[in-house]
Amino acid sequence: MLISKKGRLAATGFAVLALVTTALVTVTPADAATGKCASLGTTHYAAQKGKTVTVFTSILDPELSKYQNAMKPFEACTGITVKWEGSNQFEALLPVRVKGGNAPSIAVIPQPGLIAQMVATGKAVKAPAQTLANVNKYWSAGWKGYGSVNGKFYAAPNSANMKSLVWYSPKQFAKYGYTVPTTWTGMLALADKMAAAGQTAFCGGIGSGGATGWPATDWLEEVVVRQFGAKVYADWISHKVKFSSPQIMAAMKTVADWMLNPKYVGNVSAIATTTFQSAGLGIPTGSCMMLQQASFYGAQYPAGTDVSANGDVYAFYLPGINPAVKTPVEGGGEFMLAFSSKPEVAETQNYLSSPQYAANRLAQAGSSGGWISANNGVPLSAYKNALDALSAKYLSDKQGTFVFDASDAMPAAVGAGAMWTEFTNWFASGKSIADVAAAVDSAWPAS
Amino acid sequence: MNSFLSVNLPKFGQILSALAIFFAILAVIFYIAGKANGRKTKPIATLVLLGPALVLLFAGLVVPAFQTIFFSFKDANSVKFIGLENYTWILHDPNIHQVLINTALWIVITPFATTGLGLLLAIFLDRMKRESIPKSLLFMPMAISFVGASVIWQFVYNFAIPKQPQTGLLSAIVRRFGFTPSNWILTHPLNNFLLMIIFVWVETGFAMVILSAAIKAVPADIVEASALDGAAGWKLFRSITFPMVRSTFIVVLATMVVTSLKLFDIVRTMTGGNFGTSVIANEMYSQVFVRFDQGRGSALAVVLFIFVTPILVFNIRNIRRERSIA
Repeated sequence: MLISKKGRLAATGFAVLALVTTALVTVTPADAATGKCASLGTTHYAAQKGKTVTVFTSILDPELSKYQNAMKPFEACTGITVKWEGSNQFEALLPVRVKGGNAPSIAVIPQPGLIAQMVATGKAVKAPAQTLANVNKYWSAGWKGYGSVNGKFYAAPNSANMKSLVWYSPKQFAKYGYTVPTTWTGMLALADKMAAAGQTAFCGGIGSGGATGWPATDWLEEVVVRQFGAKVYADWISHKVKFSSPQIMAAMKTVADWMLNPKYVGNVSAIATTTFQSAGLGIPTGSCMMLQQASFYGAQYPAGTDVSANGDVYAFYLPGINPAVKTPVEGGGEFMLAFSSKPEVAETQNYLSSPQYAANRLAQAGSSGGWISANNGVPLSAYKNALDALSAKYLSDKQGTFVFDASDAMPAAVGAGAMWTEFTNWFASGKSIADVAAAVDSAWPAS
Repeated sequence: MNSFLSVNLPKFGQILSALAIFFAILAVIFYIAGKANGRKTKPIATLVLLGPALVLLFAGLVVPAFQTIFFSFKDANSVKFIGLENYTWILHDPNIHQVLINTALWIVITPFATTGLGLLLAIFLDRMKRESIPKSLLFMPMAISFVGASVIWQFVYNFAIPKQPQTGLLSAIVRRFGFTPSNWILTHPLNNFLLMIIFVWVETGFAMVILSAAIKAVPADIVEASALDGAAGWKLFRSITFPMVRSTFIVVLATMVVTSLKLFDIVRTMTGGNFGTSVIANEMYSQVFVRFDQGRGSALAVVLFIFVTPILVFNIRNIRRERSIA
């Protein structure tokens, strides 16, 4: 009896103390006029002196220190210390930490599936109002969707990466008088012209050791979103739309006319035995002219290769097919999910979803680039790397159709199993579209 | 440096305390064993000496083996019992049929190829003047892992579409003889044999060295005596040398069978199991660690286990027979 009375007293005391502190905090707002917060735009950040926020991520040094540096203006403004903590065991550790009651304030999650899994634990908190407002203002609906679970918005996007690129050689294009195509039919017309000139229009390689076949799944994904849009794409991931459905079969036909077309690629079956790394190495010399591959492919070229708009290699945006689908882009990104609703965490979330954060982080990337935000509040001129600016242009399109890799989101038996092996068969042994589709469908887990 | 120490110092502490606990347990066991006397000495000594090995064997082999068998009757996540469904899948899936055929080809062809070739080389090199030089060269691939060897052989089997520069050695040789090279890794069923060549290339040196040692151990007086009796060449080999090295030959052969049964690296590196070249070990890995289907992977492990058992039985019987002779 005595103990509970004491406890109650203590609780009341604590509550009063908490009230006083909150009051103190609200009467000493971070003052924009002092200049400390001037660089953070018009958003009002409340001072939370002495508070610490931890951000847990799979990003490691040297990238991690760039994130840490991007927090400095925010820390100076609010007095909050933001600690970025990186681990290469992120995916395994995060669920353990969350279940063990040792969750970080914010986690930077690269897979939408893991966001849903974390929200299902009941420990994650919805994004604060200002963060939601930022995301509504600066990102396309597709991006917001990947940060939401069951229609509720949780996590703002961090960085973005781009798959929808076609690598080519500006020098070779200039030599033959080719221009970068802006429509799908234009791209195939260009390929026809190249074929007529005796050139191999498209390079291709899907070899990747135990993961052989994955580049081919990307090709189909690019076509599905271009031909049928985000809704069919989402239904395809959940198997409401089957591989043997008319839509996906039609998309496979489009891929067949493109990357399985001997006129464009020369030897179709050789694509199955060519590694994806070596596929486009002949582009600078013109032994093949174009390769659909993600933004990271630039790193495959030897040092000294001029990767620029007039150089040895560069990339253009893989054009759309269906005009009703606006700026289709396939890519990936990271999302910042909070596990605490404390005010300092909310303020940090607000900052991390602001254009000022993206600009500060971008300033750390420099001319070698490697960091893109889909936040359209960041002017493209802020990108010091031309290819990153090109990717950002399409990723940050407010009306754009952004989708994640579908095979990553499908059950492993399909996305890392049948889809890889059957697509490899498709290229290697000329298996028919109907047979490939039926084989992938049959591998879909029953439950 | 500082951060390295601060991060790793607790780990060293953990290692040291684990070692301390280990030695403390050992001390306690030996103390108890030392106290025992009289009638109890023998059973306690047996327990102390055999116990740890049995516990480790049980925890590390017997329990996982039964767990695997248990999992093979469950679904992908090892939650629901699905009876023999994983086994009917093995029996009915045409891809798995190809896998079983390939595994059978591997265990029939590669052990005889490596051991036979190793024996031939051992005999021929035995009479050479500077035998250590060719022997070292032949043994050298043994120092390379299967993955490393596969990467090397990828250059041999490499194929580029006609307009690209051809870099594959095999394509170059074939072209020299006036034929058009094909995409070797894609050509089924030839590709299976091309992968087996890699195995033979790596393992022949090993077989050769062991068999060569056995041939050298054949007493010179026996060879001399048989030579006086008129045995030479093939006859000497068939009636004297081979019977004398027969047991070594069988041990090497059995080792090769087991190695080729669990072979995984070459297939994984060269084709990833595509183009009809997959074997059980590779398929098992794909099912469990790529497709996350614990049930099917376990069922394949059980099939592999069944494949290995007769070879083990044969090997053990052979060893027992030799003991009884000696």
